[in-house]
Amino acid sequence: MINEGVDKSKRQFLTSALTVVGAIGTGYLAVPFLSQMQPSVKAMAAGAPVEVDISKMETGQLIRVAWRGKPVWILNRTSEVLETLKTLDKKLRDPLSQESMQPESSKNPVRSIKPEIFVAVGLCTHLGCSPTFRPEIAPSDLGDDWKGGFFCPCHGSWFDLAGRVFQGVPAPTNLEIPPYRYVTDTLIIIGEESTAEKSA
Amino acid sequence: MKINRFAQCGNWMLDRFPITKFWNEHMAHYYAPKNFNFWYFFGSLALLVLVNQFITGILLTMNYKPDAKLAFDSVEYIMRDVSWGWLVRYMHSTGASAFFIVIYLHMFRGIMYGSFKKPRELIWIFGMLLFVCLMAEAFMGYLLPWGQMSYWGAQVIISLFSAIPVIGDDLSLWVRGDYVVSDATLNRFFAFHVIAVPLALVMLVFMHIVALHEVGSNNPDGIEIKDSKDPWGHPVDGIPFHPYYTVKDIVGVAVFLIFFATVIFYMPEMGGYFLEHANFIPADPMKTPEHIAPVWYFTPFYAILRAIPDKFAGVIGMGGAIVVLFLLPWLDRNPVRSIRYRGGVYKKALALFVISFLVLGYLGTQPATPSATIVARIFTAIYFGFFLLMPIYTRWEKTKPLPKQLTDQPELEDQLPALIATFDEMTELKPTTSEIGDPAFRSNFFNRRPNPEGILNVMTRLAKRVKGSLD
Repeated sequence: MINEGVDKSKRQFLTSALTVVGAIGTGYLAVPFLSQMQPSVKAMAAGAPVEVDISKMETGQLIRVAWRGKPVWILNRTSEVLETLKTLDKKLRDPLSQESMQPESSKNPVRSIKPEIFVAVGLCTHLGCSPTFRPEIAPSDLGDDWKGGFFCPCHGSWFDLAGRVFQGVPAPTNLEIPPYRYVTDTLIIIGEESTAEKSA
Repeated sequence: MKINRFAQCGNWMLDRFPITKFWNEHMAHYYAPKNFNFWYFFGSLALLVLVNQFITGILLTMNYKPDAKLAFDSVEYIMRDVSWGWLVRYMHSTGASAFFIVIYLHMFRGIMYGSFKKPRELIWIFGMLLFVCLMAEAFMGYLLPWGQMSYWGAQVIISLFSAIPVIGDDLSLWVRGDYVVSDATLNRFFAFHVIAVPLALVMLVFMHIVALHEVGSNNPDGIEIKDSKDPWGHPVDGIPFHPYYTVKDIVGVAVFLIFFATVIFYMPEMGGYFLEHANFIPADPMKTPEHIAPVWYFTPFYAILRAIPDKFAGVIGMGGAIVVLFLLPWLDRNPVRSIRYRGGVYKKALALFVISFLVLGYLGTQPATPSATIVARIFTAIYFGFFLLMPIYTRWEKTKPLPKQLTDQPELEDQLPALIATFDEMTELKPTTSEIGDPAFRSNFFNRRPNPEGILNVMTRLAKRVKGSLD
C-alpha cells in the first residue's frame, strides 16, 4: 500500500456523503415498507353502518350486533337499574364521562340518547376483551359491592350498566359509545349520527 | 490407489472450506470445564427443541392455510386427515412448551452459577434477546390455529401497545393491519412466525455460541479454568467438548425424549396447559371466553400485568419484568459467580425469587379475584425487589473463599450407603414370627414400617441442613 498522496479529507468527505445518501435512501424505502403494514383501503372501507330493530327487545335484555368487526351491545335497562346508576357516582372513576369516548348525544350520566336503551362497544377499554354481562346483584364471585354491570374476566375491570368504569380497576376509561341514531322509535342505526346532533 | 484419490479429494475440499478448523475450534479442541452437572444439559436441549420446531414447523406449513376463513379448519384437517399430521402438530405444540421449560431452566442455571457475570455479559444479553424472540415467536404462533384463545390472546397483547402514550393507538393499528384482529393480522403473524422471527432466532443462536466459545464456559464452581493450564496450554480442569460432552449430552437428549414422547403420545394438551380448551372453539370476535389465560409460559408476566391497577403502569410492569433480566450483569455487584460460594442473603433472595416466579405463574392461570390480585401484588413486589434491591444486598454478602481449582462433588454411588442408612433410620422392622436375625430379611424393603421418631430426626436434620446451606 502506498499511502503517499492520499487526500484523507477528500476520502472522509466521500465516506460521509455516501453514508448520508445511503441513510436518506433507506429512509425513503422504509416508508413503503412500513406503510404496507397499515390497514389496506379495503379494510378502511369495511365500516358500513348497521341497522338494528329493537322492537322485540324485552326489558333487561341485551343483544349483540357486529359493527366494524367489533361487538356492539344494545341493552334495554329496567327502571331499577336507572335508579341504581344514580347512587354509584362516588365509586366511579369518570362518572360524568369527561375523559371517555362517546358522541355528544350520549354524554350524560346514563350515557345514552334514550335513558332505557343503552348502546356501547362491547370491548373493555383496558386491553380489548369483551366483558361479560352480569345484571344480577351481589353474586357470590363478585361480592356484595356488585350492583349489576359488566365484568371483564380477563383483568377484572368493573363497569356499571351505563358502561362507566369503577375506581381501582385496570381499565382507564368508560366503555366507548359508538355513534348511533334513531330512525324510528324502534329502529337504530349504528355508525351514523343524525346531522342535527353533529352540528350541536 | 483409491484411498489416495479419496484423501486428495478431501484435501481439495479443505483447502477451500475449513471444515476441520471449524470442527476443532468449536468441538474437538474446545475445552469445557470437567465438572458440568445436570444443569448443563439445557443448552444443547434448547438446540434440539429448536431443530424439532423447524422441522415440524416446515411440515405444518405444507397443509396450514393462513386465512381467517380456513385456518381453524386446516388445523383440524392436519389433525384428522393428513397422514401422521396429528403427530407433527403435537410435536410442534408440545415442542413450544418444552422450549420454555428448557429455556427457563437454562436461564436459572445462569443466574445460579453467575454465568452472566464478567466476561460473559454479552452471552447473557444475546440469550435474553433469544428469549424475547422466542416469546414473540410463541405468541404469534399461538394465533395461527385461530381458536377463541388465539383470537382473544392476540387482542389483549396487541392492545398492550395502545397503552403507550401518544403513538399507542396508531402503533397497535399498524401491528394489527386492521381495526380489529382479523385476516390481515393472521396473515402477517404467519409471515413473522415462519420467516422473520426464525431467521432472527438462528442469527442470535449463532451469536450466543460464538460469544460463549470466545470467553469459554462457566461452571458450577464459577471459577475460570483458564487460570490454571498444563504445559501444553490446555486448562488443567478442561476436557474437549467432543467427545466428552457430546456423549454426555446424548444421554440428556435420550432422557429428554422419553419425557417429550410421553407428553406427545399420552397428554398432548397437558390438561389445558399446553393447548388450552377454549382454543378448540373457532375464533368468535363477538364473545370473549369466560376465563382467558395465556399459555403457561407467559403467566408470570401476565399476573404482573393484571396486578397493577393502571393500564400504562401495568404494561410498564410487564415489560419491566423482562427488562430487569437484561440488566442482571450490572445489578449484581458481587464478583463471586457461583451460588456455592455466595452469601446467605443472596441464596435467600434467589429462593424468594423462584417462589415469586412460580406463584405468579400459578396466579396468571387463575381468574382475577380480589384476593388473588392482592397476592399477585405482593409477589410482584418480591419479583422486582430481587432485581432492584440487588445492588444493595449483594454488597452485604459474606462470600466463602473460592477454590483454586474445580472441586469434586460426591458421586451418587458414594452417597448410596448414607441413603440406605437414612432409610433404615426412618423405618423399623415389623414385629414378626420369622427369623429376625436373617440379614436378607432385615434388609427387605417390605418387612419394614415407618418409624415416627426416626422420621422426625431425619426431618430435623434435613431442616438444619437446608438452613445451614442458606447461610
